[in-house]
Amino acid sequence: MDFSLSKTEELFLQMIREFAEKEVKPLAAEVDEEERFPIETVQKMAKIGLMGIPIPKEYGGAGGTNIMYGMAVEELSRACATTGVILSAHTSLCCAPIMENGTEEQKQKYLPKLASGEWIGAFGLTEPNAGTDAAGQQTIAVLDGDEWVLNGSKIFITNGSYANVFIIIAMTDKSLGTKGISAFIVEKTDPGFSIGKKEKKMGIRGSATTELIFEDCRIPKDRQLGQLGKGFGLAMKTLDGGRIGIAAQALGIAQGAMDETVKYTKERKQFGRSISQFQNTQFQMADLETKVQAARLLVRSAHYKKDHGMPYSADAAMAKLFCAETAMEVTTKAVQFHGGYGYTREYPVERMMRDAKITEIYEGTSEVQRMVIAGKLFK
Amino acid sequence: MNIVVCIKQVPDTTEVKINPQTGTLIREGVPSIMNPDDKGGLEFALQLKEQYGAHVTVITMGLPQADAILREALAMGVDRAILLTDRKLGGADTLATSSALAGALRTMDYDLIITGRQAIDGDTAQVGPQIAEHLDLPQVSYLEHLEYDGNKTFTIRKQTEEGYQVLQMDAPCLVTVLASAVKPRYMSVSGIVDAYSREVEVWNADKIDVPEERIGKAGSPTSVFKSFPKSLKPAGETFEVSPEEAVELIVNKLKEKHII
Amino acid sequence: MDISQYKDVYVFAEQRDGVIQNVAFELLGKARDLADTLGEKVVAILLGNGIKDKAQQLIASGADKVFVVDNELLKDYLTEPYAQAITQIIQSQKPSIFLLGATTIGRDLGPRLSARNVTGLTADCTKLEIGENRELQMTRPAFGGNLMATILCKEHRPQMSTVRPGVMQRIPVDNSRTGEVVDFAPNFDMAKINRVKLVKTVKEEKSVADISEAKILVSGGRGVGNKEGFQKLEALAKELGGEVSSSRAMVDAGVMEQSRQVGQTGKTVRPNLYMACGISGAIQHLAGMEESEFIIAINKDKYAPIFNVADLGIVGDLHKIVPMLTEKLKTMK
Repeated sequence: MDFSLSKTEELFLQMIREFAEKEVKPLAAEVDEEERFPIETVQKMAKIGLMGIPIPKEYGGAGGTNIMYGMAVEELSRACATTGVILSAHTSLCCAPIMENGTEEQKQKYLPKLASGEWIGAFGLTEPNAGTDAAGQQTIAVLDGDEWVLNGSKIFITNGSYANVFIIIAMTDKSLGTKGISAFIVEKTDPGFSIGKKEKKMGIRGSATTELIFEDCRIPKDRQLGQLGKGFGLAMKTLDGGRIGIAAQALGIAQGAMDETVKYTKERKQFGRSISQFQNTQFQMADLETKVQAARLLVRSAHYKKDHGMPYSADAAMAKLFCAETAMEVTTKAVQFHGGYGYTREYPVERMMRDAKITEIYEGTSEVQRMVIAGKLFK
Repeated sequence: MNIVVCIKQVPDTTEVKINPQTGTLIREGVPSIMNPDDKGGLEFALQLKEQYGAHVTVITMGLPQADAILREALAMGVDRAILLTDRKLGGADTLATSSALAGALRTMDYDLIITGRQAIDGDTAQVGPQIAEHLDLPQVSYLEHLEYDGNKTFTIRKQTEEGYQVLQMDAPCLVTVLASAVKPRYMSVSGIVDAYSREVEVWNADKIDVPEERIGKAGSPTSVFKSFPKSLKPAGETFEVSPEEAVELIVNKLKEKHII
Repeated sequence: MDISQYKDVYVFAEQRDGVIQNVAFELLGKARDLADTLGEKVVAILLGNGIKDKAQQLIASGADKVFVVDNELLKDYLTEPYAQAITQIIQSQKPSIFLLGATTIGRDLGPRLSARNVTGLTADCTKLEIGENRELQMTRPAFGGNLMATILCKEHRPQMSTVRPGVMQRIPVDNSRTGEVVDFAPNFDMAKINRVKLVKTVKEEKSVADISEAKILVSGGRGVGNKEGFQKLEALAKELGGEVSSSRAMVDAGVMEQSRQVGQTGKTVRPNLYMACGISGAIQHLAGMEESEFIIAINKDKYAPIFNVADLGIVGDLHKIVPMLTEKLKTMK
């Protein structure tokens, strides 16, 4: 058993850390404050191949591992959680399902543009009445000759207004329940497709979370992704992968808050000494550091299994559950260590605490993760 | 066009700290990096590769672990990487280092040789011009901007204390580059994925045609007689006071020293 | 190489636009000291065009003899003609010691000369002295400036060294001193000289303020943050009649121009007052300013290394203290 990073991964870490520190971190506060999608950062990421890390080279990707992809989401999120989730949604929720379920034609058409970052990807499953109960899909797709006609709407879609390609889950035969659900590839320019309102969020405020609206949206028949009636399974499997990405995002947020807190508690003096010298600080920080390291191992182990074709559904759920709750705990305590300053926007821990919360909610709430883990335990 | 960039692995001296008790260096945990000026030079080479299809080789002389910066260079996009490493080359001063590198360069085709202005661990700025002398090449140092006419001629902006100079020279020639002149690209993800499966040529002293008395310790006119930690003058007084009191303290001191 | 044949201390007298640079006079001061210890002569080499009348300045500042090479090829500094002329002087005169300023010219020329004459060159020396065996002991900062190393060039001559401007002290000008002025006419190899063409020399306004000449420097580091932060420092510098300088961090960040950088890779300064604001004091920075007469440091971090060299240290927020100090100074006028 080898827990060390390979030389390739070490080299990747060196690059992504420098990138996050120099290109991402300086924009983090502004992106949050102005609720602005950091398109210039995405362009820089695209230039060096970050938008296609685990996509094979024959489809224009970098041919890297999911471990590397997880490291990228972690390091980006350590600086800016918005940037982390842009990459995570693009890679896990759009590139991965096309890679895993697409026909050769679909892969050739979409993956090179997604991997190069020319196109940004998104994923639409959630609806106003279908959140955790994703089977309650009300978006309907009807075959009309050579075209599918979609009607309905999706909400809370990450990358919504900036994406060019959407994986859309819709009901193709209501009578069959989850077996009547299918997946489709929708392009931004398709007739009848439009972007609805943009959410005003507590955290990850730059990530362009929007509504998607389908009004007699017509797409060619060959945009169906995977088999007819297998869309629910496709969505669940896609979310399994996505959860590791979100786990990595949460881990990055936690690490960022740790970095800030170590720095602050060393600088901040009360009662004549640095607050890092108080045992209360030391013991609490030691516990948090231990959790962050455990969280990292869960993320890497889940990605390792995905890279090696092993089942990883429960591993992904455990990674996401633990990382999200760790992020929430670390950031909450980080604010506490910063005292009054921590509650202001002068210090980044305030943003990090707001950013952390979403990781307990999206791509399956912590409760859903517990259901998945328990499901495996008691099957 | 063939470009050879000479690079060096150096400790990141900005990460070096002093032990306040002993005044000695804390070298532990100091990462090794590609020398910043050299990385700037590499960026210029890669830009010429993009514009004119140049073939870019990097060479470093150093310990086997200098392999790491060659992998980084491969991931940034160079075509060929050479590690010149041999115990016989150890203990070299700048002249012996430049002799060895010039020996290696003599076996290669080049139109342009690029080095960093200086390395952050030695700060001598000597190896580049010395290589140029050994190879009888014209040089321009302190390069901050480079243009190529696509044929043979380079137009170079050289930084000076007062501003800059514009100089021209034809290939083959050598330039030394400032890190501040250019922002080096990041390694590409795809380059990183391939970096460790590509070849790094390992050359020893037999590969270069330089007499042994010109390389390593034997070929070094200079030697270190002694080294010692810098003696720091006794620290003055430090006060942790309110801004108002701080201003008082400063004003009083400035008066006392007749500065105001 | 029979090193006993080599004698005298040579100084490259750098001129720009016909003006002999301060560093040349500083080197003459040191050369005088070394030559007196050795019982040898100080010889200056002056290269340029229409500069022969400047030789007396070098004599007045310590030279016993000046080799003048007056040629239009030498009007502006270019590596090859300078290297050719000086090599011919070295080969015919056999100097024991050869000193150059560690300027962009000296650092371009020095290594070229050392390789051409197959001898050692020690860069950026801060101390030069004669050892027991009459050898030149050249001390320079190593490893980013914290460690000092004394270098010898035992079996090769000349013993070459570059010295940064501002490090050595010139001796008082004595216009009554006399010395020999020798015209030297080298043979130029034009084929080699023609390989590099100088198109133009541009002086930039912004680098006119030479921080190494300033008596008062208000210097900013990472803690200053940005351009707005530097405006506070500029206001204080203006009030004190000084200049603003910077640490490397702020130059790398693009906030300050390189010509105002103090430290190992910037300039060495020794003003009467050096006010380090928000500078932690990395060893590279200290190397460039610790010789200052009086150092005041303002930093939030009590443990910042800058306090080890400061005469007066203030643990506090420069963004509060600097503007208050500026206001206070205004009211005192």
